[in-house]
Amino acid sequence: MIFLSCFIIQNFYLCYPINFSVGMITQTLNNFPMKKNFLLPLLIVVIGGMAIFSFTTSRSSDTKQSPGTNAPNAGLTLPAGFSASIVADNTGEARHIAVTKEGNLYIKLGSAKKGNGILYLTDPGKDGRYQNQTGFGDYGGTEVGLKNGYLYASSNTDIYRYKLNDKDEVADPNNPEKVVVGLLDRGEHNSKSFIFDNDGNLYVNVGAYSNSCQEQDRVPGSMGMKGCPILDSAGGIWQFKMDKQDQHYGDGVHYATGLRNVVGLDWNQKDNALFVMQHGRDQLHDLFPKYFDDKTSSILPAEGMYEIHKGDNAGWPYIYYDQIQHKQILMPEYGGNGKKTANKKYLDPVMAFPGHMAPDGLLFYTGNQFPEKYKNGAFIAFHGSWNRSPEPQAGYFVVFVPFKDGKPNGKWEVFANGFAGKKEVMSPRSAEHRPCGLAQGPDGSLYVSDDSKGTIYKISYKK
Amino acid sequence: MILGFLFVPFALLMSNTSKEVARENNSFNTIQPSKAAGEKVFKKYCITCHMADGGGVPHMNPPLIQTSYVLGDKEDLINIVLNGFDKKVEIEGETFTNKMPPLKTILKDQQIADVLTYVRSSFGNKASAVTVAEVKAVRSKNK
Repeated sequence: MIFLSCFIIQNFYLCYPINFSVGMITQTLNNFPMKKNFLLPLLIVVIGGMAIFSFTTSRSSDTKQSPGTNAPNAGLTLPAGFSASIVADNTGEARHIAVTKEGNLYIKLGSAKKGNGILYLTDPGKDGRYQNQTGFGDYGGTEVGLKNGYLYASSNTDIYRYKLNDKDEVADPNNPEKVVVGLLDRGEHNSKSFIFDNDGNLYVNVGAYSNSCQEQDRVPGSMGMKGCPILDSAGGIWQFKMDKQDQHYGDGVHYATGLRNVVGLDWNQKDNALFVMQHGRDQLHDLFPKYFDDKTSSILPAEGMYEIHKGDNAGWPYIYYDQIQHKQILMPEYGGNGKKTANKKYLDPVMAFPGHMAPDGLLFYTGNQFPEKYKNGAFIAFHGSWNRSPEPQAGYFVVFVPFKDGKPNGKWEVFANGFAGKKEVMSPRSAEHRPCGLAQGPDGSLYVSDDSKGTIYKISYKK
Repeated sequence: MILGFLFVPFALLMSNTSKEVARENNSFNTIQPSKAAGEKVFKKYCITCHMADGGGVPHMNPPLIQTSYVLGDKEDLINIVLNGFDKKVEIEGETFTNKMPPLKTILKDQQIADVLTYVRSSFGNKASAVTVAEVKAVRSKNK
């Protein structure tokens, strides 16, 4: 059943169809067990009505039913011609994923499940359901990636690599090489995402262990530390060698700074450059209510996409990017008031998104399956916001940004929606699924991981 | 903005007078007034991280629902509000990355009593109120 839903982002009305399924409605009703009996007749009437409505208004879907779910397209809303299915479920906190050339799947879990922090899934029956699962690596983390015959994976402090055989299987899961060791983990923003270039280097995010480098983190009115000391070992990107063991901070290159936290990053093959998605700061209103009301605070600052070159500084914690004024604004912790700009000019984002939506996955699409407009464009998995109260949360979808010659070319659009299983998310815990990681399959399909229920989606296109 | 500044003293006044009235009425309904004031404190200082439903944010900010940190020892709970919380511990089987900021310079004893009373009797929680005297005692121990 398709409904048209509209909401306002960044002063734009954004309309998109919402796919409602009977499963979703019963799920919602199950949340009110006391009233179930009372609601049952009502449910029948509503579903009956909706069924008639859907027969008369929406064309019948030719997409096949997804395994493991009754909802068409696994409950997702997609552009015309695309379909989605669930290829694996309940895998754990599925953070980032990688697909081998054989179409098999590596999943990095946020925390190890039954002693396994990395899962390897195969589909021996070739029925679109990854039923064979093995695991290894007893550490939690976020990133997993394949390059030059190795599987790389990160904990919150180290990066490991595992030699692959000719079928892209890990030959010796218990003895990985330690490529990078001893990166900072102080809880906040501790995930270590990484990506490779084509010259043997590894780019690793070390997130700032702070919201805005206040003297007292997240205490209302607390001012910023002078010459933010966090930036010497965090709040930036470090470059290491892919094939050298036991590298510490000192062995790497402090490649870029002033990035509060990056979870989604990718190497743009067209541009031969690193692109990252920064998580902008939280709580402008909570911490500086005299300058920011809660509405403003719910959309500022921008979540920014940055093209990063060696030596770049994106300005955290001294400035934030305001996507409405299209300006770098001085942080209130450093004397700002929502209007003042900084004396120094920092790196601008190549694209700015509304605040707090938490871009956790970035993927430049290089496949041939999707229509031409998607080629070399960026998919972004927005995990979904938390610090927008009392406004409803935002994100919980996958976005597409068209690119031309390595630069964004046109507005961003919602590509896949419906992960949360409800129209409006007030509290993140109530979202059914939260998109986190993205990967491209050998056939050009797009895989999306959900770190809430561990669901893995496969999105495909057919003319 | 202006409302925000006016609100704190107003809330204090409200809860104090209601409490006195309640006390005179043979302590009938003593939780209610403090809980109502506590909800306002919660909405101003706590809701962003802990959410309107007390559910918190998975892996970031802990929930306040049916956890020993909220329902257990009141002194520990008051200390968390006063001094913050930055220990990597499991809370209801989950770890959380964000720090709880210390609020001893931000919140007055009355506000802490109100908000903890609200938290201990909301989101399905049913625990006793936290009094201003209890907060005062813990704060003085901290000195």
